[in-house]
Amino acid sequence: MTTFYFEWWFLPKLAQGLVLTVEITAACIAFGFVLGVLLALGRVYGPKLISIPCSIYIHFFRGTPLLTQLFIVYFGLPNWGIHLSAFTSGILALGLNTAAYQAEYFRGAIQAVKGGQMLAARSLGMSRIQAIRYVILPQAFRIVIPSWSNELILMLKYSSIVFSISLLDLMGMGKRIAARYFNYFEVFIVVALFYLVLVFLLSQSLRWLERRVRVPGLGAPGLR
Amino acid sequence: MEFFRQLWEVGRYLPMLLRASTVNLELLGALLVIGFLIGTLVALLQVYGGRFLGTVAYIYEWVFRSVPALVLLFLFYFGPSEFGWYISPFLAASLALGLRSSAYQSQIFRGAIQAIPTGQMLAARALGMSRVQALLHVILPQAFRLAIPGWSNEFSSVVKDTTLAYVVTLNEIMRYAKIIMDRRYDLAMATFIMVALIFLFFTYSGNWLLGQMERRFRIPGLQMPGASGTVL
Amino acid sequence: MNALLVVEDVHKRYGKEEVLKGVSFQVEKGETKVIIGPSGTGKSTLLRCINRLTEPDRGRVWLDGVEVTSPKTNINRIRAQIGFVFQDFNLFTHLTALDNVRLGPMRVKGMKKDEATRLAQEELARVGLADKADAYPAELSGGQQQRVSIARALAMNPKLILFDEPTSALDPELIGEVLQVMIKLAQEGMTMVVVTHEMGFARSVADEIIFMEKGVIVEQGPPAQLFSSPKHPRTAEFLRKITELYGGEG
Ligand SMILES: Nc1ncnc2c1ncn2[C@@H]1O[C@H](COP(=O)(O)OP(=O)(O)O)[C@@H](O)[C@H]1O
Ligand SMILES: [Mg+2]
Repeated sequence: MTTFYFEWWFLPKLAQGLVLTVEITAACIAFGFVLGVLLALGRVYGPKLISIPCSIYIHFFRGTPLLTQLFIVYFGLPNWGIHLSAFTSGILALGLNTAAYQAEYFRGAIQAVKGGQMLAARSLGMSRIQAIRYVILPQAFRIVIPSWSNELILMLKYSSIVFSISLLDLMGMGKRIAARYFNYFEVFIVVALFYLVLVFLLSQSLRWLERRVRVPGLGAPGLR
Repeated sequence: MEFFRQLWEVGRYLPMLLRASTVNLELLGALLVIGFLIGTLVALLQVYGGRFLGTVAYIYEWVFRSVPALVLLFLFYFGPSEFGWYISPFLAASLALGLRSSAYQSQIFRGAIQAIPTGQMLAARALGMSRVQALLHVILPQAFRLAIPGWSNEFSSVVKDTTLAYVVTLNEIMRYAKIIMDRRYDLAMATFIMVALIFLFFTYSGNWLLGQMERRFRIPGLQMPGASGTVL
Repeated sequence: MNALLVVEDVHKRYGKEEVLKGVSFQVEKGETKVIIGPSGTGKSTLLRCINRLTEPDRGRVWLDGVEVTSPKTNINRIRAQIGFVFQDFNLFTHLTALDNVRLGPMRVKGMKKDEATRLAQEELARVGLADKADAYPAELSGGQQQRVSIARALAMNPKLILFDEPTSALDPELIGEVLQVMIKLAQEGMTMVVVTHEMGFARSVADEIIFMEKGVIVEQGPPAQLFSSPKHPRTAEFLRKITELYGGEG
């Protein structure tokens, strides 16, 4: 360990990368959330014409590597005349991927809402869509929080994959610094610490969120 | 359609991709074994290890679950060479992904061990077994059965994660796919779709096998709490 | 047609099993009709066919002169006029008592929030739960939950309320508080169709009792007549059994 020395100058650079990591994670989670809810609704309530394509989508994105999906979007789509920036490609690929996982969590949560809730809502004269919006989804969202939190943390870590299409996120910035000075070990120990702190902060905030919206009688039995 | 013609053309490279994918499968095997052995040890320490070792095991699990796989890959591959030790991409990837998997697997095994009624340990000790004997002959055989569903999930995610070893220059499938693409840029989409299809096959056939295994080892009356399996 | 509710020849089949084999009856405005009969007889199915929570295979239903079963009818508009009280309450788990009661008026009738709130508070007071407005369903006893669900139905200002065994899921000591609310409603002139095993309630509140078995109405008549001199031997036998089971007439 005699060669171990620490250079402070690269910390601001890493912080810059960290900002991109947070941006990409937030964007792909938001994108995946919207698409995931739609896929879950399609799978649970849709007619076959909708539920089967939703199902195929989910199986494809859950059954194939994220790196492959990223390369399909970044290197593959140009074959079809679709040219996206690395930043957009990264968010799109991560978002399409997490949508499939989120869809499965939402589906489980929707199906965990008791059947009588839909009946009661319809008996008041609500349409199916109103019942889903005001009764089913608010409950499903609360039930889903634990598994959804895991997914969010997972995506925070997997977002590092965008360095492979030369984005300078926390990982990419680390790689760039380390490659120039060949001090991979020092730099990546620091990068690892950055991720540890990020993951810690994120999981604490999610726990706080879970407590905030908790409602008596609406736990997530067996859904972790 | 143009795309299917290209897919057909990529078919020429299929043997090469499949050969490369055996590297992914070897890596998968190595990382699962490392993950299983260390994961079991960590779980046992967490449950039976006492205060100090238990805490160490929890910290270990937390660190390896919180650091991205790619960062671990870089640390294990570039780290040693900085101190003058050469490490092969395969070994580095096996260690990085294996230790990471051990953290996830320990969580699965810990849950399974804790799901076993305490009476089982008591009964084993009452027969005169030592703690270690009780673990080996009574607790773990039950815990491993309970862990199969959770372990299947872990399997599905690490199969796909073997492609991450691409970044430490392991000659696995994504690296070959990238080589094909560099030669024939027009085939990029078809090539990566081909890789995706190969992985669809790996993931779902693996899940199917593990499902068979679960059925085969199932014991009436033994299940995770909250699981809604049929008890015969 | 001057009856408030007309049910005409309703049929329903699940697979091979014909659950309703042509049921007809009428309910006048302000009337309380009690439906009794062994379980599995199709009583719940019948109630659900009235507001089409279950779609009848055949037969017709009118509410206040409007055909409920017509494909042209906007069923949500009809359901808003028919209260439904479930055996297992089905209060919305994620909402407080107050929110449960005002959700319908706000979302279905488009009522303003403060107006709906005032209404909901009134209805909660009507069932004796003004002090529980902020409690979640899980924080209430079964009897309280069922009273909230009655308040939820009342808040829609329905023409008719259907009760499907409203006290069957309750501990015996909680049944009384729910029945009291229902008795009060009947006295105030609410039109109600009540499926129940509470013979005391049936005897004292019902204007007419319908005895159903195996998907058909076996006998109907005013309680005094039906209880003291049932025409049909099946009715007599059922009444004897239910008295044994529920220990007297409550
Ligand atoms: N959704 C359904 N699918 C299939 N069978 C049903 C369904 N609902 C009710 N049934 C059957 O219809 C019969 C009558 O049920 P129900 O109307 O609940 O009777 P009751 O309320 O008189 O006890 C029962 O045999 C029941 O099993
Ligand atoms: Mg019933």
